[in-house]
Parts: sequence; structure tokens; C-alpha cells
Amino acid sequence: MFPIVHTRQLSDAVFEMGVLAPAIAAKVKAGQFLILRVAEGGERIPLTFSDWSAEDDWIRFIFMRVGKTTHQLSHMGVGDSLADVVGPLGVPTHTEGVGRVAVVGGGVGAAVAYPVARAMCEAGAEVTVILGARNKDLLILEDEFRALPLKDLVITTDDGSAGRKDLVTAPLKELCEAGALDHAMAIGPAIMMKFCAATTRDFGVPTTVSLNPIMVDGTGMCGACRVSVGGETKFGCVDGPDFDGHAVDFEELMSRQRVYVEEERLSDAEYHLECSCHT
Amino acid sequence: MSHVDDTSAPAETPRHRPSRAPRTPMPERDAAERARDFDEVTLGYTEEMARGEAERCLQCKNPTCIEGCPVNIDIKSFIGRMIEGDYRAGVAVLKERNALPAVCGRVCPQEEQCEAACVLGKKGEPVAIGRLERWLGDFDLACELEQRCVPEVGADSGKYVAVVGSGPAGLACAGELRRFGHAVTVFESLHATGGVLTYGIPEFRLPKQIVQAEVGLLEEMGVEIRCDVVVGATYTLDELMSAEGYDAVFIGNGAGLPMFMGIPGENLNGVYSANEFLTRVNLMRAYEFPKADTPVWRGRKVAVVGGGNVAMDSARTAKRLGAEEVFLVYRRTEEEMPARREEVHHAREEGIEFKMLCSPAEITGHDGWVTGMVANRMELGEPDASGRRAPVCVLDSDFVIDCDTVIMALGTRANPLLTKTAPDLELTKRGYIVADEDGATSKPGVFAGGDIVTGSATVILAMGAGKGAARAIDEWLTSGSR
Repeated sequence: MFPIVHTRQLSDAVFEMGVLAPAIAAKVKAGQFLILRVAEGGERIPLTFSDWSAEDDWIRFIFMRVGKTTHQLSHMGVGDSLADVVGPLGVPTHTEGVGRVAVVGGGVGAAVAYPVARAMCEAGAEVTVILGARNKDLLILEDEFRALPLKDLVITTDDGSAGRKDLVTAPLKELCEAGALDHAMAIGPAIMMKFCAATTRDFGVPTTVSLNPIMVDGTGMCGACRVSVGGETKFGCVDGPDFDGHAVDFEELMSRQRVYVEEERLSDAEYHLECSCHT
Repeated sequence: MSHVDDTSAPAETPRHRPSRAPRTPMPERDAAERARDFDEVTLGYTEEMARGEAERCLQCKNPTCIEGCPVNIDIKSFIGRMIEGDYRAGVAVLKERNALPAVCGRVCPQEEQCEAACVLGKKGEPVAIGRLERWLGDFDLACELEQRCVPEVGADSGKYVAVVGSGPAGLACAGELRRFGHAVTVFESLHATGGVLTYGIPEFRLPKQIVQAEVGLLEEMGVEIRCDVVVGATYTLDELMSAEGYDAVFIGNGAGLPMFMGIPGENLNGVYSANEFLTRVNLMRAYEFPKADTPVWRGRKVAVVGGGNVAMDSARTAKRLGAEEVFLVYRRTEEEMPARREEVHHAREEGIEFKMLCSPAEITGHDGWVTGMVANRMELGEPDASGRRAPVCVLDSDFVIDCDTVIMALGTRANPLLTKTAPDLELTKRGYIVADEDGATSKPGVFAGGDIVTGSATVILAMGAGKGAARAIDEWLTSGSR
């Protein structure tokens, strides 16, 4: 069992959680992910580490409440325990020698962008972070990013309630046009990563994306997470989650992410039925 | 003829007159009924049947069956104890050599092993050794824990061994190491123990309760089990041997990445690797969805590609999930199928349709989902490296199989998770660990066995490798060499 030692609600549907996992905390590098199971009978879901402390034995992750498992998670607090936490999985993000880099975090993707930007700063890169959200309330970790030695922090919202009223691709394009980037890293919804990669492609700026396909075991055994990269099939869990954004087949990724939409809806509905008995 | 009779003539024990009765059939559930649920297909012998079948054994002076067993169970002796009605003694004989009799009695290919070597099989039907093993294994499991046969644990050696993987190789190794008195920790990457016994082999062939009970017995012997640890990620091999303080390591992390064909359409929704399909259903219990949280896509027309036991398991599982039609697409003929005859027979009984001499060329789709499969007709040519006649594509023979789900059961490649973090471990060109016949690898104190050494094989071969490696580890720990 993995005791929960920290929870924080970041927005209406976004939560941060910390659990004790000493062996994992000692190992994590930016860009890696964990697989967790809330309780017996639960599904295994992958979530990317948002922070960790090897000294204090904890790891943290951020999740959006979308289905049954994340609903359950959002109802848990300090004193509760998770049945299973496995990791760190996946290849760490390449953070050495990236030069002048833009790290784009869209929505909950900011959670992953944070340790990546931090590691790049530590490695001596010149880091500009572009944070995007639909509106001000959905913007997360702004203070944490501000505490990093960034070159710049650009905030965009769809409705202009914070920062620029723009999509993340607008400032990204400006940086490309100014010839101010050696590298770009995009983390967020597949559609956002697709457009970030499309933006940088014309300028020949190498772009890494952190993919979030469906997984079961997370160790290469099942192949649920396969993605097409440059016409080759790769496993998101062991070959990724980072891939060359200019080579990823995003349409396929988005289609594969929707496989269980109906089942997820059913599972969530059943859960709410159960839950409502107690309220 | 006479020399055969000389070596295998019944021992002159006046007490045992072998029965001349035919081999006792295994009671099975009706095919139409069982293909609708996940309960076990075979029911197991009754005590009377087991005694009757045991009575058929000749109790040969020089039994050949023992040679046929990859872990050399003293078959003559355990059957002898059954004939005498001393079942607990029979269980003890089994457990001398095999920590998981209720498992092996179900999933071993006995027809190619012990039973193929049974003298009775020369002229008639061999003793149903596997079914007797299962009966004794189940007899033991039905006992209260304190009544169960727990192999004796050796005096504490003060040595610590890490076992990577709780599948057949790891469990067999762990049990044996405890008998030598070494402290053992088994590291399992999933949330449940058993490896392929849990995620791969379906409930209807091997109830998970049995796997858990057998693992429970190992815990009773003092084996410590730690789930949710991925060696190669949570700890490296070197960390196990330094910071974590283990004196030796056995690697039995099993089969790895599922193979695909590399044909167009393989990443459409509705295409599964057999590993994923079976893991969702077996480990995650997707057949109980939404009671269990993990879903599985339930196809109406399912094409399973492959001809091994995993293909049979996938096809029969798809049927149980409610598929109207399940096709088995195999590029050779039934003759060349590597699956056990019994599994092929059960699959046919349950209405799986065999499409032999067919090779998929493309999976077609609409809107991201599978709509069918284009396959080529094949014919058999000259024997290939495996000794089986190689399938050759018939020109312009492609045809369409209407299906909404495709399951690829084509075998696996070596999983690199552990080995890529252990650069001093010698690997084959295909990424499997190089180990000698005792399981010793190129790294001192590190042993390996099972699918990570041999590539996909059977449960019992992996167990044999785990057991053999335990002896080598014991030697290495006690003498400092091997």
C-alpha cells in the first residue's frame, strides 16, 4: 500500500496528490511516469510525475477528474492509501544540452512541463515556458513556474481571462520566427501537441512531444500503447513517452485514445449511481 | 520387442496387479454451456476415478516416464502412493520436485512429456499422469493450510537471494532456494503474482484461485513477495546486489514485447496483441466489467492470428466474451500447429472456426476501427529451419475475412527493461540473456531462466530452469564458485 501524504485541488477538476514511495522517489527523472491502481478491482492508469523528493520519500502527480478512477482519486485524502504505484517508467526526457528551448504545457500537461522545465534549467538551458489553458481557472502551477530561473513565462488562455488571448502556438510561432529556439518540447492534449509540432516544422525546430496513449502494464508487455512514429510502430511505455513530434501520427494517437470512450462513460455512470446512495 | 519388455517389465510386487481398464476420460463441462462463462472447462477426476486410473500404472521396475518429465518427478512413486491410498505421501513425492502440482497438472503438455514416455502408451493409452498430478495437487489445496504439504525449509544460511519475476521460473526457483535455507525475496512488476499463470492463461483453463493458493504456500515457506517493483526501473540489477544487499539474483522476468506482423492497419482500434487481450481479461478481469474497472472491446466477429496455445486461449476467451464468430487464422495446417491437441480439440468443440493456410496481408478499417482482414491463401512447401513445412503464398489468392476484432498471437520478443540497465549482462542477438545449463549468466552471482533465456516456451520448462538455477545458486553461495 502507498500512503497518501498530500493533496491539493488546483482547479475545479484538477488535483495534485503526493504518496510515499521511497524506492520510486529515489529514481524518478523528469518526463517519466507511474502506473497506479486505486484499489482492488481498479484499473491501472498511467500518470506522469509532477514532482518528487528522494530525501522525503514522496512522489507527486497531477490528474484531471474525468472518469471513475480519477473520481475515486479525487475523493481520497491524507491517511488513505493507494493499492499500487509502479515506476518510474518510460525513458526520461532528454534535458541536457537543449540550448534555447520552449517548453509548452497545455492544460494538465503543465504538470509534466514543470519538472521538465526545471531539469532543463538545472542543465543550463535557456528555457521559455508557454502555459496554455482554456481559462484562468484552469491554469495550474503558475507560481511554481515563476519560481524557476526561466528566460520567460508566457501565459495564454482561450478567453483571455489570464495572459494573452491566444493559443499556445501563437507565442511558439513568434519564437520560431525570431530564430530564438534550438528545441521545443510540447506536453498536453494530443491535438495541442499536433499543432505545436506543425508550427515548429516549418522552421526546422526539433520538437519533442510527450505522448499519453492508453496503457495496461506500462512495461512493454501488452502493446496497448503503440504509436506510429515515422511509419514505425513504437511502444509508448518503453520507447517513449517522448517522441519526435514531427514524426508522430497524431490522428492515429487520437483515434486510439478514444477506444474505450463508451466503456469509460458506463463505468463512470455506475460509479456515480453507487456514490449517490451515500450522499 | 523382448529387450523393451525386459527394461520396463512390471516390478514383481505381489501387491499391485495393474488394472486393464481403458484410460479414464476427463470429465468436462458441455461445450455449449462452458463457452458462455469463465468457469473451468475440465472438472477433474473424482477420488474413485483417480484411484482407478492410478491402478492402471504398471509400476515399472525401470520407469521411463520420469525421464520424460522436465523436472523428473518420481511419477512411479507418487502413483504408487495413490494406489495405496496414501494421498498425502503422494503429494509429498510431487512436491519433492514440483512446487506447483495443481498448476502443472493442468497446463503441462504431458502428451509430449511423461505420458509420451509411458510404457502403456506403446500399445495402448498411457496412464493419465497429468490428471493424477492435478488430482493430488487439488487434494492438497483442499486441505486446511496447516494440513497442507509444506516442503521442509533448510536451516538459515544467512544468504539473501532476489528473484525477479513471480512466474513459473521465479516461483520454482524461490521454493527451491528456501529448501536450501536461503532467504528469498520475489520482485513482481505487476500488482498480482503468478506471471503468465495470472495474466496469460485464462481462468477457464487455470483458475486464479489455484495460482494464488500455490503462491500462498511459498509464502508459508518464508518466501517474501514484493509486487509493484520493476527491476530495471525501480531498482537496477546492480542496486539489488549492492544497496539492497542480495548475495545472488535469479532473473525470471519472462516473455516480453508482443510481436506484430508489420502489415497495414495493425494499429486500428480493435486490433489487440494476445498479451493485451488476455491481460485485460485475466489479470484485470475485464469480463466482469463494469464490476471490474478495466474494459475490453467485445468483438462480434473476431479473427485470431496464430496457432499456438496463446492463440487458442485468445479465441476461446473471445467466444466467452460473446463473439458470434471466432476465426483462427493460421498460415500452415492444423498438423503444424504448436498448440496442445487438447486445446485445439476444446477450441473446435466450442465452435472456433479454423481458417488454415491463410496469412493476413492487411487489416482494413473505417473511421479508425477494424472492418475486416485481407488474407492470402498459402500452401506448404519444403521444410524450414523449424522442421515444419514452410507456408508459401499462393499468387493472387487474396480474400476478405469480415471481422471487427483482430488478435495477434504471434509470440513475443525479449523485454529490454531489465537488460538495458545491466550492460554487463551478455545477451543473444535477439536480446535474450545468455545463460549456461545451470542458469549462470556472464555476471557473477546472477542467474537466469525461463522465457527470458529460451524465448517463449512452456510453464514446466521455465519451472525446470528456475529449479536448476536454484541448485546452482546454492552451490555458488555455499562454495563461492560453481
